Amino acid sequence: MVTTPLLPSDYLDLVSPLRAGADLRGRIEAVHPETGDAATIVIRPGRGWRGHTPGQYVRIGVDVDGVRLWRAYSITSPTGRRDGRVTITVKAIPDGKVSNHLVHRAKPGTLIQLDQATGDFVLPEAKPAKVLYLTAGSGITPVMGMLRNTEFDDAVMVHCAPRPQDVIFRGELHDLVADKRLLLTEVHTDTDGMLDIARLDELVPDWAERETWACGPAGLLDAAEEHWTGHGVPERLHTERFRPGIVVAGEGGEVTFSATGKRVDADGATPLLDVGEEAGVLMPSGCRMGICFGCVTPLKAGAVRDLRTGEITEAEPGVLIQTCVSAAAGPCDIER
Amino acid sequence: MTAIDPTAHLTSEQIEELGRELDAIRDEVIADRGEKDAAYIRKVISAQRKLELVSRGVLLFSIFPPAWVLGTAGLSVAKIMDNMEIGHNILHGQWDWMRDPKIHSTTWEWDHVSPADQWKHSHNELHHTYTNVIGKDNDLGYGIMRVDEDQRWHPFHLGQPLWNFINACFFEYGIAAYDLELGKNLSKRRRKNPEFRARAKAVGRKIRKQVLKDYVIHPLLSGPSFLPTLAATFTANLVRNLWTHSVIMCGHFPEGVQVFERRSIRGETRGQWYLRQMMGSANISGSRAMHFMTGNLSHQIEHHLFPDLPSNRYAEVAVKVRALFEKYELEYVTGPLPKQVFSAWHKVFRLSLPNKKPKVGAPEREQELVAA
Repeated sequence: MVTTPLLPSDYLDLVSPLRAGADLRGRIEAVHPETGDAATIVIRPGRGWRGHTPGQYVRIGVDVDGVRLWRAYSITSPTGRRDGRVTITVKAIPDGKVSNHLVHRAKPGTLIQLDQATGDFVLPEAKPAKVLYLTAGSGITPVMGMLRNTEFDDAVMVHCAPRPQDVIFRGELHDLVADKRLLLTEVHTDTDGMLDIARLDELVPDWAERETWACGPAGLLDAAEEHWTGHGVPERLHTERFRPGIVVAGEGGEVTFSATGKRVDADGATPLLDVGEEAGVLMPSGCRMGICFGCVTPLKAGAVRDLRTGEITEAEPGVLIQTCVSAAAGPCDIER
Repeated sequence: MTAIDPTAHLTSEQIEELGRELDAIRDEVIADRGEKDAAYIRKVISAQRKLELVSRGVLLFSIFPPAWVLGTAGLSVAKIMDNMEIGHNILHGQWDWMRDPKIHSTTWEWDHVSPADQWKHSHNELHHTYTNVIGKDNDLGYGIMRVDEDQRWHPFHLGQPLWNFINACFFEYGIAAYDLELGKNLSKRRRKNPEFRARAKAVGRKIRKQVLKDYVIHPLLSGPSFLPTLAATFTANLVRNLWTHSVIMCGHFPEGVQVFERRSIRGETRGQWYLRQMMGSANISGSRAMHFMTGNLSHQIEHHLFPDLPSNRYAEVAVKVRALFEKYELEYVTGPLPKQVFSAWHKVFRLSLPNKKPKVGAPEREQELVAA
């Protein structure tokens, strides 16, 4: 009543954006380069931060050229750091608006939006006796979160990167090897070629007995899933995907955003999330690859196609769709 | 159409070419819009909130005359900033591109008795689409005044200088009533319409909140300064109302601004729409501070051409738009605030009387066009 039409929090945000009870935010405190195109971002989270489990990711909202964009990144810091900070490690991907901004242009002091940590690419309660990490590129990041937390009796890692200097955390990994806490095989794909999954027998003879965490590009993960299933041990393999899978496109249609009264023509390949954002509709978003369900929105009418599978979803009361991996399949109406 | 059509010399090809040139100006700004613009609006919002907090803080001691003067002046400016540079422009969607849910046309609410969603409908959809079309754009005289010779005279209009003055003092209530289309909706049949009743209730709630805050809670918080604070918030609201009313009157009422007939907009092209916005709006010239306090509505012509471009860009856009006016030999109606306010009021007085017969209007009008 005192502050109507604003809320007291609108005023408190001016002086204390990280206080308890505020929307969860964080402040970038430092940016440490890891390789030529990767950097670790040290974030001081707001008071509402509930911590994370090693291997989980966090969604962050960053203003790039004035536009708020949300992405998900694996947390690489150990849990319960004394200073309460968390780190994410980001690799700049070609044309990646957020990743390039964070790696090359982010400045200490910048406020970012945060979500609580989430994801089930985590270690089980009971420590497995033998562990294999199969990673490529920035797929190392969730695994680093695990390695920094737990000491294993028998841990093996096979990591792929184009060149030695592209291996993120290389120094720290080699220290672990020197301390005999990790067996590491680096595959340098520029010289060695892509990893042939059949070579695992030679690199890690007892791979099938190991609880395995794999993270990297879709090609590697698809091959791994096939390999583990083929040998009858799919339950030993845990994977984390960074990008959506295969794109299946079809006919588009006119999209109505009924809450804002906007109508736009959309093709059958563009995710409705992008269509809405382009049209100026305030769309919730998250990982942008169909994992986190941060973007779910009611489908009021019409049909949409899942870009990963080609599956068609038709409107019914209560039907929610993931706008980041759904495209228009004919005219449709989205409650935004 | 008015006595002389000031666009008669343009061919339809020229009008479409003009439209394309305006589109190009718009695209240029959109391509360049970014971090600096976002920092601008955040800074303005932050400054407004701090100013309001400090002013209300000072008013707790408004029993002391210097505190009263300082607090009232600060609060008046804060309210004007809230309504003009911040509220009006955010509700236009000028900042939606930032995708910040806290600064977005669908979530914003302002220090005004008309709820944001109702205002957006009557202002963004009706007024900005049907700018200065008689019978379609209710902003033309707000339904209580006659502002063009082509509007039919009624004895009621004799009192329009008085109606206009009362409207100016209580402008936010005038806007709320206008957004509710009270004049139309108070008829017996429409009064019971559930949709209208829901909207009227929403306005009632908003008025209650605003009144409680300004005239009950803050005066009570001031303790012994109860009455002076009450007078201060009343004054701040009055100042805000008079100021916004004057600025808005200058946007479409000054002499030289054209109005249009309903049938003239049938099948209107993009170029023709742009042309109507150009001929139907008027600017206010002045310093940067002046532009800021009007919420950049002093660049009314540019605002009407590009209602969703960020307001901090209108000044640079104005240079290019003005060049187009010259190129196409159109009159860019502008002037300092006192002159434009006088011109608008002069029209309100003049048109409170029936038109002079026969047709003396035409040459008189021509003279004004040349003079302005």
